[in-house]
Amino acid sequence: MKNISLITRRELQAYLRTMSGYIIIAVMLFIDGLLFNAFAVPGTAKKSSEVLADFFTLTSGITMVGAVFLSMRLIAEERQTGTLALLYSSPIHDLEIVLGKFLAALLFLCLFFLSTSYMPILVAVYGKVSVGHIFAGYFGLLLVGATGLAIGTFGSALTKSQVVAAVLSGVMVLALTTCWLLAKVTERPLTDVINGLAWWGHFDSFRTGLVHVKHVAYFCLVTFLALFAATRVLEARRWR
Amino acid sequence: MIKVEGLTKYYGERAAIRDLSFNIERGEVIGFLGLNGAGKSTTLKVLGCVLLPTSGSVLIDGFDVSRDPHEIRKRIGFLPDTPPLYDEMTVEGYLEFVAQLRGVTRAELAARVADAMQKTALTDRKDDVIGSLSHGYRQRVGVAQALVHNPRLLILDEPTSGLDPVQIVEMRELIQKLKGEHTVLVSSHILGEISQICDRYLVIQQGEIIARGTEAELSKLLGSGGNVELEVQGPAQRAIDVIMNVPGVTEVTVSKLDGDNAALRVVGVGELRPAVIKALVVAEIGVLRVDKGAARLENIFLKLTHGKEAAS
Repeated sequence: MKNISLITRRELQAYLRTMSGYIIIAVMLFIDGLLFNAFAVPGTAKKSSEVLADFFTLTSGITMVGAVFLSMRLIAEERQTGTLALLYSSPIHDLEIVLGKFLAALLFLCLFFLSTSYMPILVAVYGKVSVGHIFAGYFGLLLVGATGLAIGTFGSALTKSQVVAAVLSGVMVLALTTCWLLAKVTERPLTDVINGLAWWGHFDSFRTGLVHVKHVAYFCLVTFLALFAATRVLEARRWR
Repeated sequence: MIKVEGLTKYYGERAAIRDLSFNIERGEVIGFLGLNGAGKSTTLKVLGCVLLPTSGSVLIDGFDVSRDPHEIRKRIGFLPDTPPLYDEMTVEGYLEFVAQLRGVTRAELAARVADAMQKTALTDRKDDVIGSLSHGYRQRVGVAQALVHNPRLLILDEPTSGLDPVQIVEMRELIQKLKGEHTVLVSSHILGEISQICDRYLVIQQGEIIARGTEAELSKLLGSGGNVELEVQGPAQRAIDVIMNVPGVTEVTVSKLDGDNAALRVVGVGELRPAVIKALVVAEIGVLRVDKGAARLENIFLKLTHGKEAAS
């Protein structure tokens, strides 16, 4: 536990003291704001809750893509600069390295969530929304972010180039996003399984303010699997 | 302290090191010599618990690198070939992070960090951001992180690489200071940089140890004790002819011509100086200077590594 918090603090410091993280968040915010203005707000006779739901849909997509970019440096950069040898030669477990880094990225991503909050506030000021809806939506975003960051961490563990890491994790996220295309040409029960893999299908209830355990479980499971895989990759790299 | 037996490490199909065996006693300073790609870094990474061996056993303080790596990691300080530094951190912040990572308690933390900075002369740069430091300072921070938790074993992979001559002298002095307190394993591909600071040397080439021993033992092993360097007056060719007639001399080369004087290098077996001087005096050639040929580690090393290449 102590080691995880140590790694998290250092990693968070790295995010806060370098430009790249801020730039990624700034771009995410910029696009989110534009899309909010272009798609969520317009429309005649739209209920406030519908605007809010659209906001969460847009933000979830941006969170997923942004998470890949935020996490691409986590392990790849350490491999590139040789600092991974420091962690490897210290008495800490590979799982602690992965978890520490993942948590730091998640905390930094919360900075993005915090910065987007002006949009639901605007909706609340000019319309009527429930606090529960906002919380459920942000909880869903946090889960989406965790999933994206975990996949990104896994991609980052595979290579020492941040660009390659981003591409690898991007492909994995893309696969989880577009698997419904594959489901179109398969038959039941395979169709159900493949449809169940798509992350946005599980986010659908959160955007409307509902929290279902099965959807929470989906995001937790993918996050766990990706972090587990990242840990195994770190362990395996000691053999070569 | 360290017991290595039959250590082998493969990268895919290629063996980086093959069947290495050696022992290191507590408090020794061991020099690890080899050209780039000889397998030094791989060996040190295995000892530093960064890589796992393909086969063979490595015991450090009685613990096996494959079974109890954590016990070993608590006892070692490792400086890889590129210092593992986080550019955005300050020197002090970085050392505190590393110390905690290696299990230094909060109570000891400040004292340990201050001690490491003092030993490596970093105290007045402690608030500098690592990214702004020069190469020499970065290397020092690298050594400081290796010794911040006061480990019994220090593994320094090429600590002198890329340093200027003054910094190399400083680094040598630092390693000498660490002697006694720690067991030190230091590697280099430039032997002059670590000659005279190590108790023993292991020369590694193509993943195998090709020679071991003290500096004196290594030079004896190669029979380079008979080299003579001298400076004579008069025509070089006549001097060479005279010296070639001395029993035991196998080769004479001109190393420098300076007006009427010539510097010669004599290679042969056994102590040649008295016979060479006598022959020159008899031949009425003025002898300006006679030196025992420097059996420098450089020469030994070149001879060893090239001999190996020729044989294989």
